[in-house]
Amino acid sequence: MEVEGGNTSANDAVARKISIQSRRAKVFYQFTQQNLPACKPVLTPSWIVTTFLLMGVIFIPIGLVTLRTSHSVIEIVERYDTECIPEKFRGNKVSYIKDSTILKNCSLYLKVPKHMKAPIYIYYQLDNYYQNHRRYVKSRNDQQLLHGLKSNDTSSCQPEDSSNGLPSVPCGLIAWSLFNDTFKFIRESSELVVNRKNIAWKSDRNHKFGKQVYPFNFQNGTFIGGGSLDPSVPLSDQEDLIVWMRTAALPSFRKMYGRIEEDLDADDVIAVHLMNNYNTYSFGGKKKLVLSTSSWLGGKNDFLGVAYVFVGSSSIIISLVFMLLHVKNPSSFAGRLSFPL
Amino acid sequence: MHEDSNFQNFKAIIRCEDPNANLYTFVGSLELEEQQYPLTPQQLLLRDSKLRNTDCIYGAVIFTGRDTKVFQNSTGPPSKRSKVERRMDKIIYFLFGILVLMSFIGSIFFGIATREDLQDGKMKRWYLRPDDTTAYYDPKRAAVAAVLHFLTALMLYGYLIPISLYVSIEIVKILQSIFINQDLHMYYEETDKPARARTSNLNEELGQVDTILSDKTGTLTCNSMEFIKCSIAGTSYGRGVTEVERAMARRKGSPLEEEVTEEQEDKASIKGFNFEDERIMNGSWDNEPHADVIQKFLRLLATCHTALPEVDEENGKISYEAESPDEAAFVIAARELGFEFYERTQTSISVHELDPVTGTKVERSYSLLNVLEFSSSRKRMSVIVRSEEGTLLLLSKGADSVMFERLAENGREFEEQTKEHINEYADAGLRTLILAYRELDEKEYIQFNEEFTEAKNSVSADREELAEEIAEKIEKNLILLGATAVEDKLQNGVPECIDKLAQAGIKLWVLTGDKMETAINIGFACSLLRQGMRQVIISSETPESKTLEKSEDKSAAAAALKASVLHQLIRGKELLDSSNESLGPLALIIDGKSLTYALEDDVKDLFLELAIGCASVICCRSSPKQKALVTRLVKTKTSSTTLAIGDGANDVGMLQEADIGVGISGVEGMQAVMSSDIAIAQFRFLERLLLVHGHWCYRRISSMICYFFYKNIAFGFTLFFFEAYASFSGQPVYNDWFLSLYNVFFTSLPVIALGVFDQDVSARFCLKFPLLYQEGVQNILFSWTRILGWALNGVANAAIIFFFCIHAMKQQAFRKGGEVIGLEILGTTMYTCVVWVVNCQMALSVTYFTYIQHLFIWGGITFWYIFLLAYGAMDPYISTTAYKVFIEACAPAPSFWLITLLVLMSSLLPYFTYSAIQMRFFPLHHQMIQWFRSDGQTDDPEFCQMVRQRSLRPTTVGYTARFEASSRDLKAKIEDSL
Repeated sequence: MEVEGGNTSANDAVARKISIQSRRAKVFYQFTQQNLPACKPVLTPSWIVTTFLLMGVIFIPIGLVTLRTSHSVIEIVERYDTECIPEKFRGNKVSYIKDSTILKNCSLYLKVPKHMKAPIYIYYQLDNYYQNHRRYVKSRNDQQLLHGLKSNDTSSCQPEDSSNGLPSVPCGLIAWSLFNDTFKFIRESSELVVNRKNIAWKSDRNHKFGKQVYPFNFQNGTFIGGGSLDPSVPLSDQEDLIVWMRTAALPSFRKMYGRIEEDLDADDVIAVHLMNNYNTYSFGGKKKLVLSTSSWLGGKNDFLGVAYVFVGSSSIIISLVFMLLHVKNPSSFAGRLSFPL
Repeated sequence: MHEDSNFQNFKAIIRCEDPNANLYTFVGSLELEEQQYPLTPQQLLLRDSKLRNTDCIYGAVIFTGRDTKVFQNSTGPPSKRSKVERRMDKIIYFLFGILVLMSFIGSIFFGIATREDLQDGKMKRWYLRPDDTTAYYDPKRAAVAAVLHFLTALMLYGYLIPISLYVSIEIVKILQSIFINQDLHMYYEETDKPARARTSNLNEELGQVDTILSDKTGTLTCNSMEFIKCSIAGTSYGRGVTEVERAMARRKGSPLEEEVTEEQEDKASIKGFNFEDERIMNGSWDNEPHADVIQKFLRLLATCHTALPEVDEENGKISYEAESPDEAAFVIAARELGFEFYERTQTSISVHELDPVTGTKVERSYSLLNVLEFSSSRKRMSVIVRSEEGTLLLLSKGADSVMFERLAENGREFEEQTKEHINEYADAGLRTLILAYRELDEKEYIQFNEEFTEAKNSVSADREELAEEIAEKIEKNLILLGATAVEDKLQNGVPECIDKLAQAGIKLWVLTGDKMETAINIGFACSLLRQGMRQVIISSETPESKTLEKSEDKSAAAAALKASVLHQLIRGKELLDSSNESLGPLALIIDGKSLTYALEDDVKDLFLELAIGCASVICCRSSPKQKALVTRLVKTKTSSTTLAIGDGANDVGMLQEADIGVGISGVEGMQAVMSSDIAIAQFRFLERLLLVHGHWCYRRISSMICYFFYKNIAFGFTLFFFEAYASFSGQPVYNDWFLSLYNVFFTSLPVIALGVFDQDVSARFCLKFPLLYQEGVQNILFSWTRILGWALNGVANAAIIFFFCIHAMKQQAFRKGGEVIGLEILGTTMYTCVVWVVNCQMALSVTYFTYIQHLFIWGGITFWYIFLLAYGAMDPYISTTAYKVFIEACAPAPSFWLITLLVLMSSLLPYFTYSAIQMRFFPLHHQMIQWFRSDGQTDDPEFCQMVRQRSLRPTTVGYTARFEASSRDLKAKIEDSL
């Protein structure tokens, strides 16, 4: 479309303008005549085989790396919900756990299978616990968590919106059912330091839980749910609560309890002294304690790596089968384009 | 009575039939001064008639408004919806069924779980406080909770129902209509008329047309006759080329013929005359071997007619007014060949004749003694004239069927050659007439004249027959002069268009009000009929039926007629059943009166069966009502899509009744256009309208609907699967805004782009491989298996997305910092996967990537991330669970991206594998053409020839098929002779 031989710059400008106009006209023409330049991919055998091969070539290494990463993570999982009930109460676990007069301490001994590098994350895992139940998820008041008693519409928190005629802060079923087992870790008679700060999302601490909001009238009802909170600590620092209030997606979930910031050596034996307060016995939920290191992919889970390897290798198999079939009976379509009678 | 005032005291009584829909019959009588005058259709003017050749008429109005025959023929304006849309409704019901089923299953599980929460006063899931709850979760009234949950679930899974589909389809269809309107290939420059889609409802229906019902005059033909050839004294004259021959020549690729056609176009300036032969033009016929015969032939043309000359005062040029355009063509031909008819009085006809000896024009006057008029049963007309020399001449012209038997022994000199010629002409779709004459001796004439006058003046009812009988006596022992061939001029490009449509497997039925002969001629001209087709003619114009009609007992006559029609139909059906391919296909030709009986309830199935079995169907003498009834019969009984095309008011019923009515915005007013769904300027545009736009629109809409279902199912099922892990409590896994915006922002534009722009193959290939059209006719792209396939793909994708996500993000930490996933992170990850998967699925199914597609598809995905960022940056009061979820939690986690990639690829894998296998081993038509294109085979003429031959079935009409058939016959003949 370039116009040559323009004597003056004005001429050039005119020419350019015309060429722009005519180009616009051309594009418009192509548009209305449905004749726009287009890429028309056709799935030719070479394309198909290349795509599948390429997928395999990319996926299998990713899978292997992922798998390796997952294997490098060391994880100790210890179920304690049954062990921590004395033999004599095992027939009626629910009444044991509900009996507030009994001190429910319990000890576990964990053996470290391999050297675990700090930081080692401590999780508690609950199974068959529906934190994603609609009633449960909705039973909170974000305004109250941020602004405290200034926000007084707590209808979404029912029935745990108030007790003794006064509103509770924090209100709702989630807060009320706060997990309250506690753990102490002792290695060779010295207590391991557990860092319980910064276990919640920063955005939650800074923007969802108020710095000036203190627990009030909490866990004061006739029916005590889970743990109680220190009324002198603002909600934004109650990290256990913040972690708990990020509802889990699935009925089996882990929540972070804290971090051990020193390495554990292989064959170390760690004694865990725990208070088994939380009632999962009513609904048959399991409780587990998890110690895990972390990689760039997070915790231990082979699924991603296996899936990558599987998808990658199946694409390679498909591409090979396809190639074989294609070579065996070369295409001839002209003969097929006829009336399907 | 030639003054208005004379009618002041005019008193007469008209008795006539009740209002009815028969246009071609009328029974009535006029009682004037105690005398009865019969009233016939000839005395009747229909509503909307136009006066020609006269300034005014005097008449009486007998029916008005709704009682008029024309109105009785009209049908109410219909509301039309396309088949695809009707099927879409069914899919919506189906989806609704699934929705109810899913909700029902969920409710049952929820009910059970809720009931078990509180047993004997003991709480199971105490954290839900089942002891102190609302009706929604009350374990004591679990049934109520389940019912309430059912309603919640209906709302939640409601994303399964693509409500935005209807809106999107409307948008897409309007844009498609704009494309149809804008198409320059369907723009007719001469009248400045583009195609106009008057309703956007039926775009995709254009891609599924199985039967076209076409009007003839004004649609296929331009309603002008051209004198094109003649055979005189056994020699064929005229180098004019008919449209069909031109098309056939182009098909053969003969360069010689091409030249001729080009010349043709330059010279064809005289309306009604398209004759080119230097041997007899400009008086050079004198040098031909049978000059005397040629002279007589031309003289006959100039005298034997009922036309009126009209002399233009200014330049002395003469034009003619004739009852029918073919008669005008004859006189024009005579004029152009040197025999200029210029004056008619009651008793004489005057002609300027070219004298072969002197080469000057001589005025000759013939005294006109008798005119033996044309009638459909006589199929001939004659005049008896006395020339200036005093010889008495009977000049006669008529159809070959009646003329050859009337030749004298000594008049058959050229019979063989002439017969051969007229067969040739008829095959080319020309209307032929045989010209013959005889000299009468005085005595014979006087006797005839007496008898004839007596018969004419008789008052008995069978006056006409009497006259005919007497005329027949004198019209014998004729001497053959030759034959004429007149072309009923087809519109531009009609044979090509019909050929393409036939190759596309579309049936073309011609419904015309014309006479049977004309209709058959046009059948030949359009290549709807060809030599070697066996014609099944069902007619009530036979002599027996004539006599039946005359009989007193009308109902008995009707019954007998019906029986005769039935009998003919059964015979045709037997022929159809017994026919094997070697005998050639059948063609059904039926006239209006027979059609009346054939359309009665007990016969119509038989009629339809026969008609469908025939390669072509021509209904002649049919009234508008019958056209509409035939259309309805085809539409309802075969449940195939019908398209009616017509240009006149008499086609309105048909246009409204058919699934699609296409109006030709031609010369005959706007009525057809006003009641049509799509208006085009020329019949030939139908080819592009159907094969290109129809096919595209059908493909686009059906892919679009399939895709829509797919994407909503994929989305809806992820919600459902999650419910199974949330004890069916009705908690959505996604943020509310994600839910609402799914159909609006992240997935809507690509699907609209698909509906508006996608092309499986370009317009050029659509036209080159008309067989592609069958995809629409057989509804391959919108079959239930395909729809279910897409639905299954949706379910499979939802399963892959959900289960891969929850297994990859189990309880363990999902990033370096040891954080575990929450509901909102799982939701965001799954949603990201859904957006990627459905958009990339779109990219896989699109076959035509313009930058618009790229923009919409990749833009949709990008927009999702932008939205996540923007929404996540808002105050948590607004963004709730999505607050900073992307920037803080997901984006820094490599596993989030790895999961997205894995889920995306594994979701696409099934579809990709499926389409790879299909493309390679079981390709559909459009896929084969894509192959050809990528292989470069499409430009190989031999290859195209082969493909074309494959698309022909024995019943295919059109000139390509005709060419193939004739070459096949030729081959067979040669083999026989060997």
